[in-house]
Amino acid sequence: MSTSLVLEQLLNGVQFGVMLFLMAAGLTLIFGVMGLINLAHGSLYMIGALVCATVAAWTGSFWLGLAASLVGTAAAGALIEVAVIRRLYGRDHLDQVLATFALILILSEGARWLFGSFALYLDIPPVLSGSVELPGGVHYPLYRLAIIAAGLLVAVGLYLLISRTRLGMRIRAGESDREMIGALGVDIQMLYTIVFALGAALAGMAGAMVGALQSVQVGMGEPVLILAFVVIVIGGIGSVRGALVGALLVGIIDTMGRILLPQMLAAVIGPAKAAGIGAAIASMSIYVVMALVLALKPKGLFPAGT
Amino acid sequence: MRKILAAGLVTLSLTALATAEPVKVGLITTLSGGGAGLGVDVRDGFMLALKLNPDGAKDITVVAEDDAMKPELAVQIADKMIQSEQVDVLTGIIWSNLAMAVVPNAVAQDKFYLSPNAGPSPLAGDKCNANYFNVAYQNDNFHEAAGQYAQQSGLKKVFIMAPNYPAGTDSLNGFKRYYKGELAGEVYTKLGQTDYAAEIAQIRASGADSVFFFLPGGMGIAFVKQYAQSGVGTPLIGPGFSFDQDVLAAIGDPALGAKNTASWSPDLDNPANKAFVDEFKKAYNRLPSVYAAQAYDTANLLISASTKASVKDAEAFRAALKAAEFNSVRGKFKFNTNNHPIQDLYVREVVKDGDTLTNKIIATAFTDHGDAYAEKCAMK
Repeated sequence: MSTSLVLEQLLNGVQFGVMLFLMAAGLTLIFGVMGLINLAHGSLYMIGALVCATVAAWTGSFWLGLAASLVGTAAAGALIEVAVIRRLYGRDHLDQVLATFALILILSEGARWLFGSFALYLDIPPVLSGSVELPGGVHYPLYRLAIIAAGLLVAVGLYLLISRTRLGMRIRAGESDREMIGALGVDIQMLYTIVFALGAALAGMAGAMVGALQSVQVGMGEPVLILAFVVIVIGGIGSVRGALVGALLVGIIDTMGRILLPQMLAAVIGPAKAAGIGAAIASMSIYVVMALVLALKPKGLFPAGT
Repeated sequence: MRKILAAGLVTLSLTALATAEPVKVGLITTLSGGGAGLGVDVRDGFMLALKLNPDGAKDITVVAEDDAMKPELAVQIADKMIQSEQVDVLTGIIWSNLAMAVVPNAVAQDKFYLSPNAGPSPLAGDKCNANYFNVAYQNDNFHEAAGQYAQQSGLKKVFIMAPNYPAGTDSLNGFKRYYKGELAGEVYTKLGQTDYAAEIAQIRASGADSVFFFLPGGMGIAFVKQYAQSGVGTPLIGPGFSFDQDVLAAIGDPALGAKNTASWSPDLDNPANKAFVDEFKKAYNRLPSVYAAQAYDTANLLISASTKASVKDAEAFRAALKAAEFNSVRGKFKFNTNNHPIQDLYVREVVKDGDTLTNKIIATAFTDHGDAYAEKCAMK
């Protein structure tokens, strides 16, 4: 196996990880600040992709679609928070899981009613089409590089937002003691709505960007949601830094495992069997990593509040 | 003279009356979730055939229910339909794992099952049943045709790829049954995987002269789009499912020129098919897929049998089904000893017709092709 192939796969892993980070960041923020398990996060990812595809089809511009999906998912997030989620903060996690699972069903069938059962068309913007040659002779699609760049920018932006701004200060305060900041006169309800809308917009952004690579259809959010949960469990629930590290770890392990395991097995048991067995083991790899992390560090790599 | 004619007419209508026993059909298909596009097409194709033949279908009633692509739900619905709704015939299932959960049970209770899509190998082989008729294909068929096409067109180094589940391994085995050249690579992906960057990098590095892949639904859309963006450019071959009408619009132009194999195509030149495609477009404002075509044939087979024999007379009804005397949109159609089709399989190419992407037949891979499992079936 050539170094350029390894390098290309590494980039693929990073790109996958960055996409997972956008999902996991919102999920972990919402859990960290509000103590809420939001299963409907994958539906917001789906809404982002559907809105982007629809607006892009109307206007012919991916960028307008992306902007619309950010605004649309943030609005949908705020609406969901005010209408449903707000009533769940005082309840235990089982109630939250039930209610947000119901939201998945409602949003999925609502989306089918609005957008239809067939997959929608969404292509990458022409500016970012084609591939570029990187040092080491790797040809890599420009759009995937753009996803990596956008994801890293969001990571930096989130870091600055949380550590340097007044809103970030309130978010951190909300994480450590929500009664106290309420008592200090911060409008905690407003803060929760903002955080939820922010998380929703991040999921929508991931959906829109990935939608151009994949198929945009109802039900596309749930497989990603599972991976996003794996990421925040590995990274430490509530920690944005943990989400970034966890997401990159999951992205790279999953991608490299898919390539390397069948090839390594092929040397031992022959290519025909290795293809099937290797693929099966590779699909388990991230869960094995999660189990290991949980065994060694039960609170994840970066427990919140450290 | 007039008297004789009149008497003849009376007897004719009397015989028609005598056999016009009501037939209750239970249509179980996927109408919600990720696979709903296929189920909607099956339902629409089936109902269209009944609508276009009001005389033949006047005694047929249909109850349709959504299985959400879940085997346990499909089993529950089938039980309910058999026990409380008392259906005579079941049909509609898209997915092989659901068919395996429902069909053996239904035929054991002396119900008829007509498959508009799924054709798992056990039901064609040692678990075949006289009450189970597959109007679509045996699962391997489209993949065998693709292998035959690759062999005929002199390909030497094909990269093959499918999801790691029973229909995926069947697919690659079907392909390899007729393709005898070297494999540039054989990859099983995770079911439901949506990012194929890693596999595409392997294809690029493998030096393949073409790529055969079976990735149904959203997986295929994702793969073809990413493949086009990567600029690898090695030609794509797939079974018809990978490039059918339900996914073409979502894939867009990257699908142009891809070769795929199926038993049907919208441009297939026969009167029944022309009428079907026109009427489907008129009724639903979109082009039909191969799933819709198969369901349309299934309904027409049912009509043909129910006008000839009473469904309560299982022996006669079975014989009427087996005779397959209906105008298939596939041109010719007959049943093999194991109640699976013997039919032609075509190689199609994705082309642009105005603004719409669709398929056009460019070659015939097999004439009167059965399946590899018929010998294992005890029925003769």
